[in-house]
Amino acid sequence: MLIDPRTFDDRRENALIQSDEESPALTQEFIVANRMGIHARVAAQIVKVACRFESEVFIAKSEVAANAKSILDVMSLFCPFGSKVFITARGPDAAQALSALAALFQTKFGEP
Amino acid sequence: MNDRSSLIIRGIGAAPGIAIGRAFLLEHGHIPVPRYRLFGDQAVAEECKRFEEAVAEAEADLENIKKSIKSEFIEHTRLLEVQQMILRDPSIYDQSLRYIKEERTNAQLAVIKSLRKAKELFSSLSAEDYAKNRIADVNAAGDRVIRILAGQNHTDLEHIHQRAVIVAHDLSPADAIQLQAGRTLGIVTEIGGSVSHTSIVARSLGIPAVTGAENAARLISENDLLIVDGRTGMVIINPSERELQYYANLQDEIQTYLKQISRHAHLPAETSDGHRVGAEANIEVLEEIVAAKDNGAEAIGLYRTEYYFMNRVELPDEESLYRDYHDLAELMAPSQVTIRTLDLGADKLTSWCPNLEEPNPALGLRSIRLCLHYKEIFKTQLRAILRASAVACNIRLMLPLISGMGEIFEAKRILREVQTELTKKRIPFDKDMPFGAMIEVPSAVAVADMLAQEVDFFSIGTNDLIQYSIGIDRSNEHVAYLYEPLHPGVLRFIKQAVDAGHDAGIPVAVCGEMAGEPLYVPILLGLKIDSFSMNPVALPRVKNLIRRSSMKECCRFVEKVIRMRTASEIQQAVSKLVMRKFPEEFRVFDPNWVGNTSLPVMKKSGS
Repeated sequence: MLIDPRTFDDRRENALIQSDEESPALTQEFIVANRMGIHARVAAQIVKVACRFESEVFIAKSEVAANAKSILDVMSLFCPFGSKVFITARGPDAAQALSALAALFQTKFGEP
Repeated sequence: MNDRSSLIIRGIGAAPGIAIGRAFLLEHGHIPVPRYRLFGDQAVAEECKRFEEAVAEAEADLENIKKSIKSEFIEHTRLLEVQQMILRDPSIYDQSLRYIKEERTNAQLAVIKSLRKAKELFSSLSAEDYAKNRIADVNAAGDRVIRILAGQNHTDLEHIHQRAVIVAHDLSPADAIQLQAGRTLGIVTEIGGSVSHTSIVARSLGIPAVTGAENAARLISENDLLIVDGRTGMVIINPSERELQYYANLQDEIQTYLKQISRHAHLPAETSDGHRVGAEANIEVLEEIVAAKDNGAEAIGLYRTEYYFMNRVELPDEESLYRDYHDLAELMAPSQVTIRTLDLGADKLTSWCPNLEEPNPALGLRSIRLCLHYKEIFKTQLRAILRASAVACNIRLMLPLISGMGEIFEAKRILREVQTELTKKRIPFDKDMPFGAMIEVPSAVAVADMLAQEVDFFSIGTNDLIQYSIGIDRSNEHVAYLYEPLHPGVLRFIKQAVDAGHDAGIPVAVCGEMAGEPLYVPILLGLKIDSFSMNPVALPRVKNLIRRSSMKECCRFVEKVIRMRTASEIQQAVSKLVMRKFPEEFRVFDPNWVGNTSLPVMKKSGS
């Protein structure tokens, strides 16, 4: 289930990356909802969005985290349709990064 | 005089037409890579710069390709973006620079090392197909830089300045979308079938192609003169003067002829004496609808639904299937769309079915049997089809490999269950969606009269019907010669099925390869087939012949043929008829039409 971006503060227990005082880490859970899953082109979209932000962004599936700014990292996760992933952002614009990525997941990357 | 230096390779004719031209080998991963150590800081700095410039050049190349991509493939520009991103990925870009600086390796080797490391990320994945595709993405990106570093940056399809025949082990989707109708004369690949991505793109661009030509990339050298016969799947390497002349003339004739008949592709498939039949397309992906319509398809006579079930780790869900069927129905409305339920063997579904290890999968748990066994898969698909049927009420449901009444009853029971469920949820569907059976098994022919009472249409799948009635495995080379579409037994089966259908007042279509073979047009017309469903590219030719045939004559012909005793006798009669009636069609198209597999040029020289 998609989580409303406004509530992700409550989901901190899921954070894979520990927050510290200066840079809080925000985490949100997503389900991959497009039927082809995160294939190369979708991975490219994720990286493109993640790179727009200063914050570090990670995408994690079953305990394995990948740098969301590296297409190779994202592709190496293998997230078919229905996978549950956690996205964590840490940095000054973490909230914006997370909501931008949430928008991608919610629109299923523009795919069926 | 035989020219011994010409060599012939046989593959699958994937896109028709003849191409004559020089070979352009599109190799991946065979660039010689020098290895050396860099001495001195200046050498290191220069090598870093060389690497950075090579990446920038590769990026610019990709950018240019992106700009030149035809609008129908615009979706694929993203694939090239993936390559661009891989090039700039820290684990390639930064890592390569690190190797150059820290280990003082030369740039090419540094790239190769970081590529290797990156690929290790994928090789540990359990999803093999996914991993293979991602490794291919990484390789494609890496190759580009390595080639630039090696000074051979003109290997892109984009960079082909001369018109050439592309020879490759396989074309990646990124390669395929770069194909330019103007510069690509033909395509030869070692792997891939007639429904691979390459074939689909080649057909849509009208480029003759042969796929599955084993060892082609090894046997063909750069700049070899090639003749590609996309009709028969034959590739002639370094042809003789005589072969060249023959094929050049043929190429000319084919082009002129095709242009001529394509102009009439939109006309109805009606015989000269006013008998109207259906001319429909067999498709597998929605992208083929454009080609189907362009070639004059009046409807989709067979939509193969296997695509979304193969090469995936998880079952497709109802929603995604629904979207697919919904789009199909919408795009084709008001024309009819015949959706065939899942027609796969258990061997292809290992990721969610137990692997049965059947010794003979062709006679195993496949197709409708599999669906009736794994009811949930079947129900999911039926729900998706039913929901999509509400869009324009133009969907027909077709069940493959029906062997008798039991399967019809069971399938109908399940269909009713799904319908009741939908009604309860107030989800709309077409209550009168036609329900049809494919006739592919001899037992279905035997009880066709009874089946006809229970279904709304028949569609004869000739490929399987031939295989099962003659009892041969087509892929078994020892008995492949027995695969005879004109076997009297096969023709009688077709006749029996058609007659049973018509007695019950239901239409009978043919959707196997026979329907798309112009040679068989007079026979199928004479057998009173109501509609022909085929590969979209075959439509203009088949339609043309239908329009030029007389139904009366075809019926008389079939009355005669049906009493003949051997396939070769029938073959001869058919050949004689078509040669007399449509000489230009068969002179231009089918060198094997007399059942002779030798080179046409050899026959000519003998006469």
